[in-house]
Amino acid sequence: MKAGRLGKILSMAVAMSLLAGCGNAAEKQQEEAGSVYYMNFKPEVASVWEEIADVYEQETGVKVKVVTAAGGNYESTLKSEIVKKDAPTLFQVNGPVGYQAWKDYCADLSDTQLYQALSDKDLAIKGADGGVYGIPYTMEGYGIIYNREIMERYFATEGAKAGSMEEIGNFETLKAVAEDMQSKKEQLGIKGVFASTSLQPGEDWRWHTHLANLPVYAEYQENGVSDAEELSFVFQENFKNIFDLYLKNSTTETKMLGSKGVNDSMAEFALGQCAMVQNGNWAWGQIAEVNGNVVKAENIGFLPIYMGFEREENQGLCVGTENYFCINSQASEADRKATEDFVYWLISSETGKDYMVNKLMNVAPFTTFTEEEKPADPLAKSMLEIMESGKVSIPWIFTTFPSQTFKEAFGGALLEYAQGTMSWDKVVKLMQEQWKAEKEMLMQ
Amino acid sequence: MERTMKKYFPLFVMPTLMAFFIAFVIPFLMGLYLSFCKFTTVTNAKFVGLDNYVKAFSNKGFLSALGFTVLFAMVAVVTINVFGFLLALLLTRQIPGRNLFRTVFFMPNLIGGIVLGYIWQAMINGVLSGFGVTMLMDAKYGYWGLILLMNWQMIGYIMVIYIAGLQNVSGDVLEAAKIDGAGKLQALFRVTLPMMMSSITICLFLTISNSFKMFDQNLALTGGGPSGKTTMLALDIYKTFYDKVGFEGVGQAKAVLFFLIVAGIAMVQLFITRHREVES
Repeated sequence: MKAGRLGKILSMAVAMSLLAGCGNAAEKQQEEAGSVYYMNFKPEVASVWEEIADVYEQETGVKVKVVTAAGGNYESTLKSEIVKKDAPTLFQVNGPVGYQAWKDYCADLSDTQLYQALSDKDLAIKGADGGVYGIPYTMEGYGIIYNREIMERYFATEGAKAGSMEEIGNFETLKAVAEDMQSKKEQLGIKGVFASTSLQPGEDWRWHTHLANLPVYAEYQENGVSDAEELSFVFQENFKNIFDLYLKNSTTETKMLGSKGVNDSMAEFALGQCAMVQNGNWAWGQIAEVNGNVVKAENIGFLPIYMGFEREENQGLCVGTENYFCINSQASEADRKATEDFVYWLISSETGKDYMVNKLMNVAPFTTFTEEEKPADPLAKSMLEIMESGKVSIPWIFTTFPSQTFKEAFGGALLEYAQGTMSWDKVVKLMQEQWKAEKEMLMQ
Repeated sequence: MERTMKKYFPLFVMPTLMAFFIAFVIPFLMGLYLSFCKFTTVTNAKFVGLDNYVKAFSNKGFLSALGFTVLFAMVAVVTINVFGFLLALLLTRQIPGRNLFRTVFFMPNLIGGIVLGYIWQAMINGVLSGFGVTMLMDAKYGYWGLILLMNWQMIGYIMVIYIAGLQNVSGDVLEAAKIDGAGKLQALFRVTLPMMMSSITICLFLTISNSFKMFDQNLALTGGGPSGKTTMLALDIYKTFYDKVGFEGVGQAKAVLFFLIVAGIAMVQLFITRHREVES
């Protein structure tokens, strides 16, 4: 008797919860016009996206919902959002590896106007079946950002190793200049040549990802591949060259680097405590926002990351993107159509383009943008100048790096190397092993 | 009376039972099922059998995290309970301002783990910078940092439970012991402690399970660094789930194992300490 009643209650509870799960069928009818739900990746431009959503809704009547995932939580937010009834129709992946994780949800975009407008079709993510599944919406570049004012001060000193920024065209010169500057740091009024090599866990992506991009790309080039199951890290010596240079001529003692974050580095640069910092064009906002910032927009520029490759005089910045738009293939057809239209509006209409360039600060790789519609911030300008000067850009191949676990392990090893608790040989070995192990897991 | 109770039982229990099912039993069963699946999102799962469990063990992160967690729990459980009990003894005496002290010691427990983690990170790094190093120099700094943090946070809470226990020890029994010639230490170990076994059961249970389940403090204080050497179980599970492509199922399998380990240890502990409880 008792058990029977309990059983009834339990089954009712289960039934209720099931009912709650699928009670939204009626709502669907009203959504024939389709709506857009964008899962935004960049918290720093969250308010801009909300503004865009409002403007678009006023202009076209199509509802746009924008949700921003807090930094570092994009994947986990997306994982929980996408299973809901009202799932994101537009989301982004970070490259081929991200596409692997989300391929069940990426719609083929090869017939869309968006893909037609892409200036370089090779930039898109293509699936094994030849379909187009991700389209980049911005190009970014990174290198060594320098403060011209401090550099000029150095060039004027006695026995300077170079006379102008143009003369620094390879690692040898960069090293000579950096070491000479470090020895004259009091005279130059700086704490060190390079900003601290931020190696706090989670703050070390400038090294395990960005810096590692160069030697790994060189290895891909040598073997004529675009991805590798195993990496011999043959250009580890080059990586060590520049990494050592950063460590030894820095504002911070190497043993203290475990407590430094990217913000610390950027603040040092903004306050004029150092002359150079490795980062990308997105950093301009960060530099300009620092209280007591002494770096003027006209004094800031990019230097390619020289690390002693052959013929590196012609080397440019690392240019690419980690931001690809994907449209949710499991959304309703109306929603997908609405989403395609929304994205195309963003890159083709006057209003949309204005937001893309001036508010979102994107260097959009689409043919719909004219010469005048290029961004105005000094780092993006410097990046475009270097690209147009005929120097050869290095693509972002770190999107093929196996996983976050690999990056964290490599970053951890770099930290231990920096503070002297791990030998360089071991770092190299660990990097190779982790690469192989994590790539194998991807294959399974 | 009893019949009325029976009649209205469903009405009163139903809401709680439903909440329990929706928020606990169903997700738990789903989680159990998902640990045998390969999936990216929970509605899109493919059954793969025991594969995830094999991977969970073949991946050395899990075992090293388990080892570190056990080491951490052994020291943390002892220190928290000893210090918590000593403080309780001290603060049940007639000393001025003891309510204020109780409040002060209890307060760290009201602050979230992430916040505490960052505050302690800044403080420990501040002290260590005097020696020219940071907490990430060596895993042992992170280890002791975590123990310090956990103690600071949990002692006050445990202390409150012990205070309640101490106040329940009847004065008559203690007086009788005194008349029989028991010394202060003798009275403490032979009379007070046995009579407080129920508090000890609770406190041990709380400290053991909390030490094993610790996550936010670990994430904020060291983030598992250097090179993942201070990663505890919960953090390892989180990192497996989110940082490895295609490893959601393995993370889920680890979580099931984690549940079994914590539940197992807690059951054994409850069984042992329950046996020693006495009725006053």
